[in-house]
Formats: sequence, structure tokens, C-alpha cells
Amino acid sequence: MTLATATTRTGKRVPGPPGGGRPADRGAAWFLVLPALIPILVLSVGPLLYGIALAFTDSQAGRTAPTQWVGALNFQDLLHDTLFWDSFRIGLLWAVGVTVPQFLLALGLALLLNQNLRFRWLARALAIIPWAMPEVVVGIMWRLVYNPDAGILNETIRDLGLGDGRDWLTGLATALPAVIVVGIWAGMPQTTVALLAGLQNTSPELHEAAALDGAGAWGRFRAVTWPALRPVALAITALNFIWNFNSFALVYVLTNGGPGGRTRLPMLFAYEEAFRYGQFGYAAAMGCVMVAVISVILAFYLVGRLKGGDEQ
Amino acid sequence: MRPSRPARAGQYLALLAYLVFLAFPFLWLISTAFKPPRELASLHPTWIPKDPTLANFRQAFDEQPLLRAAVNSVIVAVCAALIAVVIATPMAYVMARHRSALSRAATGWVVVSQAFPFVLLIIPLFLILKNLHLINSLPGLTMVYVVWSLPFALWMLVGYVRAVPPELEEAAAVDGAGKLRTLVSVTAPLLTPGLVATALFAFITAWNEFFFALVLMKTPERQTLPVILTHFLGAEGVADLGPLAAAAFLATLPSLVIFALIQRRLTGGMLTGAVKS
Repeated sequence: MTLATATTRTGKRVPGPPGGGRPADRGAAWFLVLPALIPILVLSVGPLLYGIALAFTDSQAGRTAPTQWVGALNFQDLLHDTLFWDSFRIGLLWAVGVTVPQFLLALGLALLLNQNLRFRWLARALAIIPWAMPEVVVGIMWRLVYNPDAGILNETIRDLGLGDGRDWLTGLATALPAVIVVGIWAGMPQTTVALLAGLQNTSPELHEAAALDGAGAWGRFRAVTWPALRPVALAITALNFIWNFNSFALVYVLTNGGPGGRTRLPMLFAYEEAFRYGQFGYAAAMGCVMVAVISVILAFYLVGRLKGGDEQ
Repeated sequence: MRPSRPARAGQYLALLAYLVFLAFPFLWLISTAFKPPRELASLHPTWIPKDPTLANFRQAFDEQPLLRAAVNSVIVAVCAALIAVVIATPMAYVMARHRSALSRAATGWVVVSQAFPFVLLIIPLFLILKNLHLINSLPGLTMVYVVWSLPFALWMLVGYVRAVPPELEEAAAVDGAGKLRTLVSVTAPLLTPGLVATALFAFITAWNEFFFALVLMKTPERQTLPVILTHFLGAEGVADLGPLAAAAFLATLPSLVIFALIQRRLTGGMLTGAVKS
């Protein structure tokens, strides 16, 4: 896909020594690819297939009896595991709860930063913080903010006379929303920067032409900005959803799945199943179900892209 | 089109709100890191420590093997970054310049690998590394990080290779230079800034990584910074706030500095990856 665009963009095939399919060149290509290909196959593709295979076994940590095939038994068990489906539901809730507001906020912000505003450099400079921070530190930092006694959030609430504040991360009702806010915070800059770069695809001439035709701000956005932004928006939203659905460290540090499992994302659940209870086969089956969901999302994304291609 | 005055005011207000949202947790982290215990225990916390102290930093180093963890993180991250760039560059070159089933498959893998739930990867990796006696070992973790940072490294590098005009390589070929020679003496020097940016990115990736390190590193003297940081949280989540903040702040500094250096390049790399694939 990438390669196709690369060659058609310039309208000619990449010429010279790199191009072509002479046997010597193909041999050289393999020689150049192998140093990366072998580790990828051994430590990534291989384990992934092994992981899928494990889902059909009774593999457990530290068991002396040999591992056996159990067919779809793990999946049958999963079907009846209400705790897993709870975590799955929470995972979807969290992924949507982070991705959607994050996209809308980032879109607004990107449009804002695309304007000629003073201090927008400051926004860009500060955006580095959430982006570069280790997730563990983001989690720790927000625990300090949410801290019931010594945290700044409750203190601000007290100062504003809005009450005594709460124990955000341990309250049954507040834990998930509190964690979602952190998720939004952590991913905002990346989304904003991606959308901002997408905005630079829109041509000012088109904007002016649309304005001359009497289009308002919303009309101009729909007719000019959005069509140009659409590919970036789709890509970043699909990736954000997948990353969020698979996320672990942030919530592990913030709540470790608590209170009462209210923030137990599927990854946390599978991690505990595998590395606390040693149920490798069962946890692998959970991973497979997660992959299935993600594949559906990816399919939607690809369909969306193809459609976008037709329109143009 | 010049926005009206109220619209402008609204825009600045929105910008201000964003800046506050972005900055306040980080400022709070810094503030907490420099507060003496008395102020931390105060029921009315203040933004700026009245009596700033470095005691939290000292205590953080006393409580947990922070220095050891930082050294581990540096070793793993530097090795992973160097190896990743060295092995990814030739592959990226092929992906950028050759149209073949192989490079298409590689591109496809790069996309798909972004979607792995790591739990499906970590269980078999754990079993494989255990058989190789590479659990709780820095080389084992390094290997995992190399492969983990490869997709993005490839993405970035393919973009950088494309930016080098093929005509330059043709010229070298006309002059009689072989393929490898061309690559080393013509393409590589032009790629250097891209290689540095990619290596720094791979470094940050490994420096920040938590999940693999949590599963694979068992003893405190082998654990990396992010894992050691979670030890400050204590068993019941009752944390010693000052040292916790101090350690977290320290662990962030290298990433922030490096990120500030490469941020522009990274944005470009991310977008070619995310959009053009």
C-alpha cells in the first residue's frame, strides 16, 4: 500500500539500482531484510501464533503434567465467565469514553491551533509532557492530583465552595470516569498533532472560494476541512480505539482494576489470570477474543478508507 | 477571514482552558516532589511549597533501588535502541525502494502489530524466554524491546529513506559503486538525522515501557524504573507521596528532554505511518 503510493505519486517507477527484480537484487534484498526479519519472526510473529495455539490448551504455570489440547473448552468457559464479560464491557466503555471525547477535544484544539493565535507555541511545547511521559508516571501523577486529602483537585473543589470533594479513584461511581479523564489527558497531544498536520492538507484557496459562495464556518468545515482531514481522522481514531482497548499500565497504576472491578480492563483481567493465577491457556483465549474485536474495528477502518477513496 | 472580537476571546479562553488542563497535573507533581512532610500532611495543600526541600529525592533513593533501576533502564534502552536501528535500517531501505511481496508483507505486519493485545504475546514470550533462561535478565528484556520498537522504527525509517532522492544512488551506481557501497557511503550519511531520531524514539519507548518489564523482571535489582516506581505505591495503595512524586519526576526527565529534541521529526514519522500506509 505504502509502496504503491510511493511510486505512483511521482508518476514513475523508482529507477536505478534499487528497483527491478533481477535475481542478484532479490538476493541483496533478502540479505538486507534478514537481520530484522529473523527477530520479528522469532519474537513476534511466532509467539503470536503460539499464543493463539495456547488458547486451545490447558497450559498452566508450573504444572508438571504435559500440556494438552482441550479444543474450544477455554472459549466455552469464557462464554460463561461473567467477570470477563464485565471487564470486556468496561474495556469498551473505557475505549469509547476516551477515544470519542479525546477526538472531539483534539479536533477543536487543532482547529484552534491552526488559527493565528498568540501563545499557541506554548500549547505545542506543553503538549510534549503527556506524550513523552511514561504511562506509569502519568498514573502516579494523577493519583497525586486525585488524592482525597493532599490532592489539588479536592482542594480546588473546597476552595470553590463546591463541597468536600471525594475519594475519586476508590468511589464506585467515580472511578471509571476519573480514569477516563486521565486517558483523555494522556492521548490528547498525539491526536491533536496528527489532526493539526491533517489540517495543513486543506488549501486556503478552497476556504476562500467556499466563503465567497456564502458558506458559513460550519459549511466551510463540512465542504473543505473535513474531506481533507478525513483520512487522518479515521486513522488516528481507529488506532486510538485499539490502543485504549489494549491499555494496561495507566489503569494498573491508577486503580489496579478497583474498586470492585469497576475499572478492570480486559488486559488487567488477562494479566491477573495469566501471571497471578497461572492460567496461561485461559488468558490466551481472552487475548484471542480481544484480537477478534480489534479485527472488527480494523475492518471498519479499512472499509471507511476504501469508501473515502471512492468518493475522491 | 478575520474572526469577530467575541469569537477571538472565545478562542483564547479555549486555549487557556487547554493549557491549564495540560499543565496542572505536571505542576502538581513537581510541587509535591519538593514539599516537606509537614506540608504534604497539611489538610490545605498549596500550589507552591513554602519550604521547598530536596529531602524527598534523598528519601526516594533510600527507599527503593532507584539508581540500580535507572542503570538497568539505561542499559536496556540504549542497547534496544542501537540494535533496533541497526537491523531496521536495511529492512526499511528495502521496504522503501523495492516493490515486492516481501516489503508488502512487512508493511502489513507493521500495521497489524499496532493492534496486538500484548497479553497474547507475553504469555508465549514468557514461556519461550523461560526455556532460554532469559527471564529476569536484561538481555532478554532488551530482545523483547528491540522487536517491540521495530514497527515504529521501520515506519519512521521508510519515510526517511524515501526522502533521499534515488538519483543520488543512481549516480553512485554509474560511478561503479556496488549496492552495499552505495548504501553505506551515499544513503547512510544522508539518513543520519533520521537514524538519530529513530534511535532516540526507540530509547524512549524502552525507557517508558512497563508491561513487559513487569512480567519478565522478577527481582528488584533487575527491574527497570517504571516497575520500581510502582513499588512506591505500597501494598494497599498507601503511598509516601513526597518520595513517590520525586522519583516519578526524575524518571520523566530523560524522556521529556529527548522528546523535546525529536518531537518534530516524530510527528512526521507518525503521520507517514498512520496515514500513508
